[in-house]
Amino acid sequence: MLHLARKAFAPAKLPFPLLHVDTGWKFGEMIKFRDELAAESDIELLVYMNEDGRARGISPVASGSALHTHVMKTEALRQALEKWRFDAAFGGARRDEERSRAKERIFSLRSAGHGWDPRNQRPEFRRLFNTRMSAGETMRVFPLSNWAELDVWRYIRAEQIPIVPLYFAKSRPVVARDGALIMVDDERLPLMAGEVSQIRQVRFRTLGCYPLTGAIPSEATSVDDIIAEIQSSGVSERQGRIIDHDDSGSMEKKKREGYF
Amino acid sequence: MEKRLGATPAAQPTLLDAETRLPLRFLTCGSVDDGKSTLIGRLLYENHLVFDDHLAALERDSKKHGTTGAMDFALLLDGLEAEREQGITIDVGYRYFSTRRRSFVVADTPGHEQYTRNMATGASNADLALLLVDARKGLLDQTRRHAIIADMLGLRHLVLAVNKMDLVAFDEEKFKRIEDDFRTFAANLGFGTIRAIPVSARHGDNVSASSASMAWYRGPALLPYLEEIEVDDDRVNQPFRMPVQLISRPDMEFRGFGGTVANGSIRVGDEVMVLPSGGTSRVKQILGPGGECEAAGADDAVTLTLSDEIDVARGDVLVQPHQRAQVADHLAAHLVWMSEEKLLPGRSYLMKINHGAVAATVTALKHRIDINTLSKIAAKTLSLNDIGVCNLSLSRKIAFDAYRENRDTGSFILIDRYTNETIAAGMIDFALWRAGNIRHQHIAVTGAERSQLMGHKPLVLWFTGLSGAGKSTIANLVETRLHALGVHTTTLDGDNVRLALNRDLGFTEPDRVENIRRVGEVAKLMTEAGLVVLCSFISPFRAERRMVRELVAGGMFIEVFVDTPLETCIARDPKGLYRRAMAGEIRNFTGVDQAYEPPEHPELRLVARDTSPQDLADQVVAHVIKQIAL
Repeated sequence: MLHLARKAFAPAKLPFPLLHVDTGWKFGEMIKFRDELAAESDIELLVYMNEDGRARGISPVASGSALHTHVMKTEALRQALEKWRFDAAFGGARRDEERSRAKERIFSLRSAGHGWDPRNQRPEFRRLFNTRMSAGETMRVFPLSNWAELDVWRYIRAEQIPIVPLYFAKSRPVVARDGALIMVDDERLPLMAGEVSQIRQVRFRTLGCYPLTGAIPSEATSVDDIIAEIQSSGVSERQGRIIDHDDSGSMEKKKREGYF
Repeated sequence: MEKRLGATPAAQPTLLDAETRLPLRFLTCGSVDDGKSTLIGRLLYENHLVFDDHLAALERDSKKHGTTGAMDFALLLDGLEAEREQGITIDVGYRYFSTRRRSFVVADTPGHEQYTRNMATGASNADLALLLVDARKGLLDQTRRHAIIADMLGLRHLVLAVNKMDLVAFDEEKFKRIEDDFRTFAANLGFGTIRAIPVSARHGDNVSASSASMAWYRGPALLPYLEEIEVDDDRVNQPFRMPVQLISRPDMEFRGFGGTVANGSIRVGDEVMVLPSGGTSRVKQILGPGGECEAAGADDAVTLTLSDEIDVARGDVLVQPHQRAQVADHLAAHLVWMSEEKLLPGRSYLMKINHGAVAATVTALKHRIDINTLSKIAAKTLSLNDIGVCNLSLSRKIAFDAYRENRDTGSFILIDRYTNETIAAGMIDFALWRAGNIRHQHIAVTGAERSQLMGHKPLVLWFTGLSGAGKSTIANLVETRLHALGVHTTTLDGDNVRLALNRDLGFTEPDRVENIRRVGEVAKLMTEAGLVVLCSFISPFRAERRMVRELVAGGMFIEVFVDTPLETCIARDPKGLYRRAMAGEIRNFTGVDQAYEPPEHPELRLVARDTSPQDLADQVVAHVIKQIAL
């Protein structure tokens, strides 16, 4: 999405800053990639963390996935948007990811409390987007709504876009937990009784908080390999996201509360 | 996404068409319970396009919400919790899948009557409509309604999937009857292709492979058909249109105009015109996503720089001078009303079109369209899910095309200025001229001089009377005789005028008024050319006949009342219209549910009772000859 935005405004510079809502539990390699990107001349990066949540010791390890996601992601995003008084935030969510996202608008209006009302959304006719808002209201904008996962990878290949190395298969220390392979990204991940860290050839299809993101066994070390792998895969990309598994409607619930 | 289930390795396709062709965007529609979601779910499932984890969720949910006990494919599509619990689809849901041959974007829209607005939204971005019919029920109001909306929204391709064939024992006759019914109905619509396919979504017959249960059907199954169909309407060869989205000024030297080409193509060096202002220049550079390029075509997102410093703003449209878009501040359009708040003619709304916004007021709501019958009904307002035709007046001129010609530059939305709600979607029909901008032009040759050349005076012969009274028959005889006598004549006939000049008008009171007003103006122009004009119109209202009489200068208007009693007209019923009107199929029909006001003082009154049409025509000719003598 960043690549598309740069191209859309070229030869001018990107007219808006980038925002990262950091939970403190993101993959180290992802943070490194983020910081390298932020050093480029046309990028202004803002990083926000819910300090109150951190002070309260909220973590995916101690608090469980639901509370951690609510405080460190949903609430943090709301706080960040209010801090910088942003009218709109772009997100990379796509309709093919998850069922409630399938009905999301491209310009999704959120109420003054950042709530989403899926039953009362603005109709989107042709390419005509209604961007008008009342005081306190904000927008989530999803330019990639109509892309599928494979489209994203084909585009990355066509445009040779640099990506976080975690998407490529490599020998990494993981533990098997609740049917998912969780990477031991740093020493904060406590191993439970009977769990052993093992080195396996894995990659990630999606990057969330590392203790909540399952890796997949994979040999795909190039974009071509990844495309071939996706074409023959029988599982969806969010399958590795533990926060989606609480309940069938849990993404919709999170979105109503202000999650992307 | 291409997905495979189980251990069977996918044969590597030699040609990945799906990577080079644009996706087919189609809309599923039809009455509720006709099985739309089930059909799409089945399509995904059969082609191994459902992920294992989605399938596991489906099995789980089928037990919880399913209506059939077995796997309920519809649950794959119905996205939101509330509707899963109610068992209905309440919004537009999108699905993405690709086979080796093609990628697909599916908009799944609700079948319920109250969701016309969602269907219009889904249809606005689709190229093809997949319309479902229950083989047991045949065409329903919803089926017709959805076909009409799809047509109105500019979809040119339709697949009629006659579903639940398993429940009618795969009966060919049933299928044929539904197909015939639909083709008869759709003859009035503008679809370029219509394909009927008998299917069973539940059991997978003719979904992705041809069905053994319906050997009598020789056409393609649904998926192969969708993989093959060409919907590209040759947009690169259409007139160039680029709505300007962004004025790019990274530094003092560079000034570029960014946007996506909506139609046609442009090359470096081509002359371009900025509308609505009309300024012209030449294309200096085209900056595409990959840098500078020589040309750009439909759907390309580019930034153009021009050779001259001319005014260009966001919302302007770049065109080529020899193929301009229309420019006007008064236009006629179809509206799909999308709000609980009703339309208020006279209220100022915000119109968003081509990345620009302008204040817009509905000056005249011409009629509402009954989308079950396509009939035009007089209306004072539009409510949620209504479709109407109106005139709009704008606060300044804008550039646009008719929606029929260009779905991008011909579409708009109306926004409530107070709630910011999107209250209507609009499709422009044509520009209207605002009389206030026009000055009368003096013309040198007078009417008397033209009459001298013709050898007789001009005249308007106005035949009025009920449908079937014999107006056209008598007028034809009169014209034939006058012509034989060397009189310069022409005929304006009610039906013919409605097929052309007045094809936008219906039969409501306001439309009948406008119909006669226009005919009066045309008749007047023709008398100015020196002709004897025979006008044959029911023209039920005295006021409009008087209006025409006053329009045409003194003594040149002859009102001929063809006074045939209603009973006789009903008995004749030459076009079968009374029968249909009395069955309720036609509304606002004169003599049935709309009044006819007989003339009080016609110049001629023709009573057919014991006189032949020939003799009646002779009476008229005799009168005319006296009137037009120089």
